[in-house]
Amino acid sequence: MTDSPLLELRGVSKHFGAVIALHEVDFTVYPGCVTALVGDNGAGKSTLIKCVAGIYRIDGGEVLYEGKPVSVSGPRDAAALGIEVVYQDLALADNLDVVQNMFLGREELEAMHTLDETRMEARARETLESLSVTTIRSVRQTVAGLSGGQRQSVAVAKAVMWNSRLVILDEPTAALGVAQTRQVLDLVKRLAEQGLGVILISHNLHDVFEVGDNITVLRLGQNVAEFKRKETTEEEVVHAITAGKLSKVPGQIDTTEEAVA
Amino acid sequence: MSTAAPPAPSGAAGVAEYLREWWTDVRSGQLGSLPIVSGLIIIAIVFQTQNDRFLTSGNFVNLIVQSAAFAIIAMGIVFVLLLGEIDLSVGYVSAVAGVIAAVLLIPDGNEVSTPVAVGLALGSGLAIGTFHGLIITKIGIPSFVVTLAGLLAWNGVVLLLIGSRGTVVLQNDFMIGLANDFLPEATSWILMLACVAIYAGVQLNEVRVRRKAGLEHDPLTLMALRVVALAAALGVVVWFANDDRGIPYVFLVVAFFFVLWTFVLNRTRFGRYIYAVGGNAEAARRAGINVDRIRVAAFAICSFMAAVGGLVLASRLRSVDTGAGGGEILLYSIAAAVIGGTSLFGGVGHVKSAILGALVIGSIDNGLGLLGLGSGEKFVITGGVLLLAVAVDSFSRRLQAQSGRA
Repeated sequence: MTDSPLLELRGVSKHFGAVIALHEVDFTVYPGCVTALVGDNGAGKSTLIKCVAGIYRIDGGEVLYEGKPVSVSGPRDAAALGIEVVYQDLALADNLDVVQNMFLGREELEAMHTLDETRMEARARETLESLSVTTIRSVRQTVAGLSGGQRQSVAVAKAVMWNSRLVILDEPTAALGVAQTRQVLDLVKRLAEQGLGVILISHNLHDVFEVGDNITVLRLGQNVAEFKRKETTEEEVVHAITAGKLSKVPGQIDTTEEAVA
Repeated sequence: MSTAAPPAPSGAAGVAEYLREWWTDVRSGQLGSLPIVSGLIIIAIVFQTQNDRFLTSGNFVNLIVQSAAFAIIAMGIVFVLLLGEIDLSVGYVSAVAGVIAAVLLIPDGNEVSTPVAVGLALGSGLAIGTFHGLIITKIGIPSFVVTLAGLLAWNGVVLLLIGSRGTVVLQNDFMIGLANDFLPEATSWILMLACVAIYAGVQLNEVRVRRKAGLEHDPLTLMALRVVALAAALGVVVWFANDDRGIPYVFLVVAFFFVLWTFVLNRTRFGRYIYAVGGNAEAARRAGINVDRIRVAAFAICSFMAAVGGLVLASRLRSVDTGAGGGEILLYSIAAAVIGGTSLFGGVGHVKSAILGALVIGSIDNGLGLLGLGSGEKFVITGGVLLLAVAVDSFSRRLQAQSGRA
């Protein structure tokens, strides 16, 4: 944690017309750490990660990646930097098998421009093994036949396969049962152990306290608190989420609160 | 949850285990070609008991020629169905191609050479499909409506092209020979052996590559069985056909496109993207796939195959007239793709399903004809079979949904 930050947002702002979605947010992610991003609905969590992922352009402030200022203006830019996002709906094609999904859009080709299935299968298997994903019977089964936790694992494996340095997980446990949540949280821990920076967005403070190293709280588009997990309690975080101190006159933002979600 | 380790990544699994896995797949709703192959066998038994001319070599050759055009058009339909789209215009698009070729080849002193005429006819199919695809993707009109408009408009174009002639009789040897000439016996045997040898080579190469990468591969006995099965199936076809007039040239056309499109769908990026767009267009878009381009290409392929089928149909009838492209062509072609197991919901299907489906439709049409039944009975029964096939599709989907979520 004494390392230099992997990603640093300084005073990032984003507004949609008159609606202020983010107001001078500072946010730091260290390699090898899980940084949890928490906040109520409409706090600006999704807007923030979409700015990092290049889906939205920021209107103010700067983004530093590995200490250098960068401008991410599209998902391709983000991928080139090694930033991968696992969205809540996972974006897997049910009719394709695990390997096909993991390589979708980035297929390996043989000399004759035909698909190199063997190499893809071997790499997919390798990646899943490195993440200790052992519950998938065959990498050649279609994703339709997988459980929610397995699908999440495939989506995460798909994200980390491309030498990514920063993985953003949007509510990865929201739709999962107890055992599957455990699977996914273990996976999140392993990502950090492998030296990746992980941003975990979650509503579930139990999950956050289980795997998060740092906790950043957003409220009404501002970051109101940053905690180290070991030095805080759930009560403290909940208080920050619901009543964290805002730097801006609240009335100004309250009117926009609904639209920010 | 975290018990079963992945299977050891080396060596070959046994045939018994392979069969067990296949049975598990079937029970969980991944039926593959099972329903259609059983259907074909039932159809053959039923018709043979009703009329012993059904399984004669002469009728077998007829069946190949009759089913070929539907198989060809249905292969194109498979591409749009894989995207979860539909193309209702294939009947008249096939007629447009047939008419263009026929009119250009009228020996009135202005005729063009055969390759030019065939090229222009097939090119018109490609252009029409691209046009459909661009309207569907750029303007955002559902394919159902665009191709319904196409159904009307291309019918009009056929009438305009034929004009006052009423009927254009084919007098070109190539065009007539397509569906009416047969391979010499020796040639058909040599081609058959070449096919089997290539198939065996492909299978062995697969084993070699997968072994080298340390991945498990299908058991060698199973591969040998597959090669033997292909050799036996093709052998019976060639032998049976040669007992009569021989293998029709149009059989080669079907085989060529079957191999080509199977290769494209299974071994190329484009094919993979067709499945991806059909399965989850949003996932495909996020993966950086140009979804619109894939859609346009699929419609282009569909109309192109319709054009090929149009030439075969024209050849079979040795003429084109104002009724070309109408009747059962459209519905039989779509039904063939669906009966063969291509899902109407997109993402699931193979080129082979077009051929199997066309064989079913062709057999019913042919068999009922032998029994002396008319179009009325044919349509009713074919409709019933289509409904049955779609029912099997949704039934298997429900099975998959039940067994899928662990």
